[in-house]
Amino acid sequence: MIEVEVKNLTKAFGPITAVDAISFSVNKGEILGFLGPNGAGKTTTMRILTGYMPATSGTAAIAGYDVFNDSLEVRRRIGYLPEAPPVYADMSVESYLEFVARIKNVPAERQRERVADALEKTNIGDKRGELIKRLSRGYKQRVGLAQALVHDPEVIILDEPTVGLDPKQIIEVRHLIKGLAGSHTIILSTHILPEVSMTCDRVVIINKGKVAAVDTPQNLTTRLKGGQRIRVEVRAPEKPLENLLAQIPGAHRVTVERAGADGRVTATIETESGRDIRSQVAAAIVEKGYPLFELRGVSLSLEDIFLELTTDDAAHAQPSPSN
Amino acid sequence: MRGFLAIYRKEMGHYFVSPIAYVVVGVFVALSAFFFDVILSDVIQQSFAMQMQGMRFGMPSQIDMPGETLRAFFGILSTLILFITPMLTMGVYAEERKRGTMELLMTSPITEMEIVLGKFLASLTLFAIMLLPTAGYVVFLYAHSDPVPPWRLVFAAYAGVLLLGGSLLALGTFISSLTENQLIAAVLTFAAFLIVWVLDIGRNASGTVASVLQYLSVIRHYDDFTRGIVDTSGLIYYVSFIFLFVFLTVRSVDSMRWRRA
Repeated sequence: MIEVEVKNLTKAFGPITAVDAISFSVNKGEILGFLGPNGAGKTTTMRILTGYMPATSGTAAIAGYDVFNDSLEVRRRIGYLPEAPPVYADMSVESYLEFVARIKNVPAERQRERVADALEKTNIGDKRGELIKRLSRGYKQRVGLAQALVHDPEVIILDEPTVGLDPKQIIEVRHLIKGLAGSHTIILSTHILPEVSMTCDRVVIINKGKVAAVDTPQNLTTRLKGGQRIRVEVRAPEKPLENLLAQIPGAHRVTVERAGADGRVTATIETESGRDIRSQVAAAIVEKGYPLFELRGVSLSLEDIFLELTTDDAAHAQPSPSN
Repeated sequence: MRGFLAIYRKEMGHYFVSPIAYVVVGVFVALSAFFFDVILSDVIQQSFAMQMQGMRFGMPSQIDMPGETLRAFFGILSTLILFITPMLTMGVYAEERKRGTMELLMTSPITEMEIVLGKFLASLTLFAIMLLPTAGYVVFLYAHSDPVPPWRLVFAAYAGVLLLGGSLLALGTFISSLTENQLIAAVLTFAAFLIVWVLDIGRNASGTVASVLQYLSVIRHYDDFTRGIVDTSGLIYYVSFIFLFVFLTVRSVDSMRWRRA
C-alpha cells in the first residue's frame, strides 16, 4: 500500500529550479532513503512534503491527502525533523516535548505516556529536566528526533537525522529508525552512502533537483560494483610502475603519486566494470621485485557514484519506469 | 483552540524564563513609580499655589487634585508604553524564524490564526501584568482623597491603556513577523508607533484631511479615556486597529510559506 506519493514535483525559487519534476512513492512501513549531495534538493522536497512550503507544480500526497489542499490532515499524520532541530533553547527537554505533543493534537490523557515513550526511544530520559540550551549538539539532535516521534505519527520525515552525532549515537539512531519501520513509514535524507545501505529499504538518489536513480541499496551496490578502485603502495620508480600497471588486463586508468622520501609511491588503479584484478596487480608487482607495502580495494565515495550516475552511465541516470 | 492554548502557554513560559519580561516590567514599574511621585508632588504644589491665591482673592480653590493626578499619570504611562512595547514584541516572530522553530509550528496541525492569537494574547497578558503594580498607586491616591473621585475615572483610564497597549502590541507583532532580525523589528516598530502617534499633529487644524488624521491617531482617543470618557468611536477605533493588525499578521505568517527562498 502506497503511503507517500510524489508526482512530477517541481519547486523553483525565481530562476533556480531546486526540485525538478521528481516522482517517487513510498510504501507503508518502508524506510526510504533520500540520498544526494548538499544542495541536491533533498531539504526542499521534504519541506514540500511537510506542508512547510508549496510546490511550484506537481503533486504530493501523504496517506491519500494532498499536501497542499489538505495540509492540516497531512500535518496531523507526519513527524518532521528539519535540518536544524527546531528546539526552544530556554525550555527543558520534557516541557518542550509536552508542548510539541500539545500542538500535535495528542489527547491530554495520553500526553504523559507519549512523552515518556519518545524520551525512552531516543534515550534522553536522563536529560528530561535539563534546559535544551545546556545540551550538546548530539543531545539536541536526539531531542529533535523525540519531537518527531512524540505524537506517534504515521509518516516520519527526517532531514539528515545523524548529522552532529558521534559514531556510537549514529548507530543508536540507525537502530531506532529501523525499529520504527513497519509501524511507521519513514523518509530520511542523508549524504552518507553507508547510512542508506544500513537502514533503508529503498533509495532515491537525487542530484541537481532530479531523480538519478530509484532502487534498493543492494541493487545500487551491484550496479556500482564496476567502479572499484585499487590502491597500492610500492617502492618503485614512477614511470615504469605506471606502465606495468596499465598493462594489466582490466586496468582502466592508472595514476601514480610520490608518497615518501624513500622512493615509495602510491598508485591508484581504476578497474573496468565487474572485474576484480587485485591478485593480478599483486602478482605483477612482486614479479618485478618491487617491495609492496599495501594493497587495498577502495569503495567508491558518494561523489564517485554521482559521477557514475550522472555522466559515465547515462542509461542508469533514468529512473526506472516502474517507480 | 488547543493549539491556541499550547502557543499561549509556551509564550508565557518564554517571557518568564527569559530575562526580557523581568527587565521590561522592572524598568516600567520603576519609571512609572518615579513619574507618579513627580506628578503627585507637582499637583500638590499647584493646589497649594491655587489655595494661596484663593485665600488672597477670597475665592475657594476649584482644583480636582485626584483627577488631575490620574490624567497626568496616565498621560505619562502612554509615553512609557510607546518606548517599552517594541521591546516586548520585537522577538515574537523574528526569533522563531531565526531559530528555525517556525518550521515546527508551521508543519504542526495548528492554524496560522491559532499561532497569531496565542502570541498576541500572551503579549497582551504580559502587558497587563506590567500594569498591575500601577494599581497600587491608584489605590494609594484613592485612599488619601476626600471626597473619593468616581471609580469610573480609573476604569476608563485602564480600559484606555489596555486598548492603546493592545493596538501597539498588534502592530508590533505584525512588524516582528516581517523580519528575522529582532533589532530591525524593534526599530521599525518604534518608527511605526511614532507615525501613528503624531498623526494628530494638526490637532487644531480644521478640514476633512485634518479630522481624518486626527481620528487615525492612536493617542487622540486615549485622551478621552484618561478623562473618564469611554467614547464609542474610540472603542471602535482601537478594536478595529487590533483586528486589522491581527489579521495582517495571520496573512504575513501564511505568506512565509511563499516568501521563503
